[in-house]
Amino acid sequence: MKLKLATVAFGALMAAGPAMADLVVPNLSYRTGPYGANGTQYADGFNDYFTLLNERDGGIGGEKVQTPECETAYNTEKGVECYESTKGSGALVYNPLSTGITYQLIPKVSADKIPLYTPGYGRTSAKNGKVFEWVFNAPANYWDGASVAVKYLLDQNGGDLNGKKIALVYHNSAYGKEPIRTLQELSKKHGFTLTELPIDPPGQEQKSQWLQIRRDKPDYVIMWGWGVMNQTAIQEAANIRFPMENFIGIWWSGSEVDVKPVGEAANGYKALTFHGVGMDYPIYDDMKKFVIEPGKASQGGPHVGSVLYSRGMYAAVVIAEAIKKAQELSGTSAITAAQLRDGFEALDITPARLAELGLPDFGPEIKMTCDNHGGSGMSRVQQWDAAAGKWNLITDFTEPDQEILTPLITEDSEAFAKEAGITPRC
Amino acid sequence: MFYREAGDFKTSYRDDGQTFPIRLDRWGYYAVLAVAFLVVPFVIDSYWANAVLVPFLIYAIAAIGLNILTGYAGQVSLGTGGFMAVGAYAVYKLMTAFPGVPIVIHIVLAGAITAIVGVLFGLPSLRIKGFYLAVATLAAQFFLVWLFNKVPWFYNYSASGQITAPERTILGWAVTGPATTASAKYLICLTFAVVLAWIARNLTRGMVGRKWMAIRDMDIAAEIIGVNPLTAKLSAFAVSSFFVGIAGALLFSVYLGAAEASEAFGINKSFLVLFMIIIGGLGSIFGSFAGAAFLVLLPVLLKNLLVVQLGWPTDLAAHIELMIVGALIIFFLIVEPHGLARLWALTKEKLRLWPFPH
Repeated sequence: MKLKLATVAFGALMAAGPAMADLVVPNLSYRTGPYGANGTQYADGFNDYFTLLNERDGGIGGEKVQTPECETAYNTEKGVECYESTKGSGALVYNPLSTGITYQLIPKVSADKIPLYTPGYGRTSAKNGKVFEWVFNAPANYWDGASVAVKYLLDQNGGDLNGKKIALVYHNSAYGKEPIRTLQELSKKHGFTLTELPIDPPGQEQKSQWLQIRRDKPDYVIMWGWGVMNQTAIQEAANIRFPMENFIGIWWSGSEVDVKPVGEAANGYKALTFHGVGMDYPIYDDMKKFVIEPGKASQGGPHVGSVLYSRGMYAAVVIAEAIKKAQELSGTSAITAAQLRDGFEALDITPARLAELGLPDFGPEIKMTCDNHGGSGMSRVQQWDAAAGKWNLITDFTEPDQEILTPLITEDSEAFAKEAGITPRC
Repeated sequence: MFYREAGDFKTSYRDDGQTFPIRLDRWGYYAVLAVAFLVVPFVIDSYWANAVLVPFLIYAIAAIGLNILTGYAGQVSLGTGGFMAVGAYAVYKLMTAFPGVPIVIHIVLAGAITAIVGVLFGLPSLRIKGFYLAVATLAAQFFLVWLFNKVPWFYNYSASGQITAPERTILGWAVTGPATTASAKYLICLTFAVVLAWIARNLTRGMVGRKWMAIRDMDIAAEIIGVNPLTAKLSAFAVSSFFVGIAGALLFSVYLGAAEASEAFGINKSFLVLFMIIIGGLGSIFGSFAGAAFLVLLPVLLKNLLVVQLGWPTDLAAHIELMIVGALIIFFLIVEPHGLARLWALTKEKLRLWPFPH
C-alpha cells in the first residue's frame, strides 16, 4: 500500500508531457487571484485562435497546435514552475502575460534557446534584438505606450504641454515602473511636471493617492494598472469627480472588466490599445462556425470579442504567423524552437495579410528584423461609452516619439548586455 | 521489530546525548545524506530541481530560522518575508559591488547583514510580547519591502526596480545565472541546508538553546535563574535572521534569478513560512523540513494530479488545490496540534514497540 501510494505520488510529481508530434505553445495563464478576471479573457482568446486553426485548417502547415495551460496566478514562483514543467514537452514559444514572470524567464529562455513573445508587456529594451536574441515584444511596448499617451495629450493641447501637470498612477512593481524613465524624459522635453503615485499590489487600497490627486489637481492622470487595481482606480477617480476624459490608461487598464463595475461614472474614460476590439471582423464568422457553435470555445466562450480576448487572439495570430514563416524558412512543418525564432525575426504582417486573416485594420503592421524585435510601436486611443457598453476607437495608429525612445532602449539594453556578458549581434 | 535495538548500548554521556540515539535511525540519516549528496545530483533534471527540491531546501532553511525564533525562543514574528528580502538585496548589492569575491561568502555575509537588521527589529521584543510583538515585526515586514521599493540604490537604479542575479561560479560551476545546471543549484542549496540544520541542531541543544527555551517557557522564571533576557532574545533574533537571510539570498540568487521586493517577499511569504513551522512542529528541526516539504510539495503534487493526470481545467484545479491544502492544514492542527514532527515521533515510538505494544 505504501509503495503504491509512493508510486502515485511520484507519478503525480512527474509532469507528463503531451505527444511530441504536435506544435506545443504553452499557455501560461492565470484564471485565479486578483488578476484572474483579466487573465481569463486573454487566455480564452489565445486558446480559441489555435482551436480555430486546428478545426478549420488542420493546424499550421498540417501540424496541429497544442496549448497546454498552466496556472501561474500572476505569481513569479509559480510562473517558473510552469515554465520548467512545460519546457520539456517541446515548447516552441512562451507568452506569460506578466512582466514579473518575463523578467524571470528572459535569462532562462536565452539559455534554453526558446523564444519569448511578450506583446505589449515585459522588458521594453528587449526591442533591441542585438542584445535580446530570444525575446520579441512587437507590436508595442510600455515606452511606446507612454510616448503615444503624451503625444495624444499634445494633440489635445495644440502641441504644447508646458506647465501642465500629469500624474502617473502605477502598479508598484516592475510592470508599473517601466514607463517612469520615458515619462521623465518626455516631461523634460515638453515641459510638463510629472507626479509619480505608486500603488502597492494588488491595488485595492488607493484612497490616499487619490486624495493627493484631489489636492494637487493634475491636468491629466495616466495609469499603469492591472487586475483589481484598474477598477478601484476608476472608481476612486469617479468618487473625487476627476474628469474621465482626462484619465488615460495603458492598454492593460482598458478592458470591459475595468470600467463596467463603475457603471455610468466611467463614461469617457480613455485607454490605449494596439489592436481592434469587438466582433465586427470577418474572422468571427469562422470563429462562430468552427469554434463557438460546436462548443469548442475555451471556457464556453463567455468573453468572445472583449478587449482582452481580442488581445489574446492577436498574440496567437502573431505566433501562428511566425510559426508559418518558420515553416517556410526551414522547409519542415515540425519546426523547433530555434527555427521559430528565425521565423519571428523574419516576420512581416502587412495590412493585406491581416485582411486575409479576417482581421482588416486590426493591428499595426508588424515587421521584425534582427535588430528590431519590437515592431513599430504604434498604438491608438480608445474611449469607453458607458451607455452603449463599448469601446470606441478615437484616434488612428500613432507613431511614438522614437527620438526619445531609441537612446533609452540602447542605454538600457547595453546595461543589460554588460551585466549579463552578452556580445551584441547583427 | 523495525528498530532492532538489542545490543545498542550507550557507554558514555556523549553517546547518550547524540541526535540520533538509535543505531538504525543514525544509519537511516547517513543513508539519506549519502543519497542526497551522491545519487540525487546525478539523476536530477531541471523540473525536479526548480519546481520541487530547490524551493523545498530554501524554505526549509527559512523555516529553521523562524523556528529558532518562534519555536525555541517563543518570539512570534511576521517579518520573515521582509528579512528574506534583506538577504536577497544584500546578496545582490554584494554580488554586483564585489564580483571577484566567491558567492558563498556573499551569501553568508548577506545572512550576517540580515542578522544585524534582525537584531534592530528585535529590540522591541525586550519590552513587548506575544501579539504585540507580532505586530511590531509586521511593521518590519512592510517597512523593509517599502524601503527596497522606494530607494533606487538597492536595485542599482534599474528602470524596472527588478534585481537580477549575474552569473557566479564555484570551482568553475555556475551556481547563479541562467547557465546554472540543475545539479549545481540543488547541491549549493543542499549544502547550505545541511550545514545550517547541523548548526541549528547543535545550537538548540546547547546552552544558548536552553536559554531560549527558558525564555519561551517563562521569561520571569528564566530571568530569576540567571538568563539574561537581553542577550537571549537578541541572540535568537540574530541567529534566526541569519538563517532567514541566507534563505532569502538563495531564493533570489539561485532559485529565482530575478526578483522584486513586493512580489517575491510580500506578507504572503511571512505567512507561508509561519504555516510551515506550525504544521511541521514548533521547536523542532525535523519539523521545519517536514513543514517545508508539506507546503512546497503538496501544491505541486495536487496540480500535477488534477491538471496533468485528471485533465481538469487549470482554474478549477487551482481553487480546489487551495481548498485541499487549507482543509489539510486544519485537519493536521486538530489531529496533531504539535505538527508533523510530533506525528513522526509518535510513529517512531509505535514502530519501536511493534509488534508487541504492551
